[in-house]
Amino acid sequence: MIVAGCDIGSLTAKAVIMENGEMLSHAVIRAKTRPAESAALVMQMALEKAGFAQKDIGYVVGTGYGREQIPFVNQVESEISCHAKAAKQLMPSVRMVIDIGGQDAKATRMDDQGNVARYIYNDKCASGTGRFLEVMAEALEVRLEDLGTLAAKSTEKLSISNQCVIFAETEVVSLVNEGKEIPDILNALHHSLAKRVASLARSIEVSEDVVMTGGVAKNTGVFQALSEALNVPLKALNGVDPQIMGALGAALYAMEKSNGKK
Amino acid sequence: MTIVAGCDVGSLTSKAVIFQNNRIIGSSIIKSKPRPGDSAEAAFAEALAAAGVAAEQVEYCIGTGYGREKIAFVNEVVSEITCHGKGARWMLPTAETVIDIGGQDCKTMKIDKNGNVGKFAANDKCASGTGRFLEVMAKVLNIGIHELGGLSQKARNPVTLASTCTVWAQADIIKFINSGVPLEDIGAGINAAMAARVAILVNAVKPEGDIFMTGGVAKNIGVVELWKNSSANASSGPGKPIPKSPGRWGPR
Repeated sequence: MIVAGCDIGSLTAKAVIMENGEMLSHAVIRAKTRPAESAALVMQMALEKAGFAQKDIGYVVGTGYGREQIPFVNQVESEISCHAKAAKQLMPSVRMVIDIGGQDAKATRMDDQGNVARYIYNDKCASGTGRFLEVMAEALEVRLEDLGTLAAKSTEKLSISNQCVIFAETEVVSLVNEGKEIPDILNALHHSLAKRVASLARSIEVSEDVVMTGGVAKNTGVFQALSEALNVPLKALNGVDPQIMGALGAALYAMEKSNGKK
Repeated sequence: MTIVAGCDVGSLTSKAVIFQNNRIIGSSIIKSKPRPGDSAEAAFAEALAAAGVAAEQVEYCIGTGYGREKIAFVNEVVSEITCHGKGARWMLPTAETVIDIGGQDCKTMKIDKNGNVGKFAANDKCASGTGRFLEVMAKVLNIGIHELGGLSQKARNPVTLASTCTVWAQADIIKFINSGVPLEDIGAGINAAMAARVAILVNAVKPEGDIFMTGGVAKNIGVVELWKNSSANASSGPGKPIPKSPGRWGPR
C-alpha cells in the first residue's frame, strides 16, 4: 500500500510518500496562508515526483502546527511523536531529538527502547527558534540558506549578549556599524541560538545519541554550534533531509496503520 | 543658592535637570546620540540654556542611566533605580511604589519615605514590557509612538494578543490589520499587553501605597489608564500631581 505523511509547519509544509517501507519521494514548500492549501499543494508535488495520484494513497497521517486543518488525512500525530519516530527508524541508537522549526524549538528524550520519555518546547519566545535566524538574515541582507556557509568563513570570535530577538537585532546592527564582518556576526548568532536551545535540551537531561531535525538543522553553523553548546557531538542523519523528519515520521505511522489493516 | 544638576543618559533619550532651591529651573530631553558622552553634553547644554545658567555655576552634578559611566562632567554616578525612587518621592510624597518603563527595560521598586529603594525587580532581557515593544508595534501600525495612547482610548472592542513575545505579537498585529480590525482596537490590545507584562514585575515587589509611574512610557495615557483601572491607588507621571515637567522627575 502507498502511504503518506504530511507535515504542515508555520513556515514550510512537507510531504513524504512511502511504499513497502521505502521512501518514494518527498517535497518541501513554503507554507501558504491556509494550512489546507499548503497540504494539498505539497502532497500533489510529492505525488507527482513518485508518479502517483491522490487516489492511489491508502493512508495519510498529518502532523505539524496545521495538522487539524488538513482535509484528507486519516489520522493526526503530534510533531514530537513524528520526529522521534523518524529518528528512531533512521538511527536506532538515538536517545534525543532536537527539532528547531520556524516558530518553535523542541527537545525530546527517549527511553532505552527509543520511545518518547520526556519533551520540552519553546514557542513563547522567538529567541531559540528559526525566526531568530530569519530576522537576522533579513537585517544582514543575506539569504537564510547561505547562513551556514557564510559563518564558516568567520575569523574573529564575537559574542551577542542579548537573547531577545529584538535586542539582538539592535546589537547586530551596531556590530555592522562598528565594521565587523558578516561571517563573524553570523557565527556569533549561531552560538547564541545554540546556547538557548542547549539550555532547553539540558532541562530534560541530554542523552546520547543526539540528532537535530527541522529546517534549522540544515544550517551547518548551527549544527556545529549546538554540538559545542551541548558538549555532545550531534549525529548526522545519513543523507536524509532533516526538514522532512516530521513528514517521514507521519508516513511511518501511516505505514504501521496500513500493515495492521492487512 | 547652590545650583545642582542631574543627567540621565538612556538608551533612547537623554535627559538633564537643573535644580535650585528644591525647584527645577531648567530641563531637557533629547534623542540619544551614538556616543553617551555626546548625549550628555547636548542634554546638559540644553537644560543649562533653559535655566539661564552657565555650566560653571553648577556645583554638583550626578549622572545616571545606562550611559552614566561615559559622562565627563559628573561628580558622582548613581543607578537609575535609586534616582527614579528619589525623584518619584520628591514629586509625589505619598508614593511608595515606582514603575519605570524605559526604552529598553522596565523596573519596579518600593521606596521608603526618603525615597530610598527597598525591594526591586527589573527586566532588561526581553523587549516585551519595555518601551521597545510599543515602538515596534507603533511602527507596524504606521503611527507615532506618542499617538498610541490617544488611539487606544477610542477603542470599542480591544483585541487580545496571544503572545507576549514582541516578535510573535508583531505577527499577530499584522494579521489583525490584514483582517480589517480597527486600529483603535489593535492599539488598545497593544497597551493591554504592555500593562499585563509590566504587572508581573509590579506584583513581584508587592506594591503598596501610591504607585508612581516614571519613564517615557508614562506619557502613554493608554497604558496609564489601564493601570489606574487595575489598581485603585495608581498615580502616574502625567497624572494629577505631576506637572508636565520632564527630566529625572516624572515623565521624561
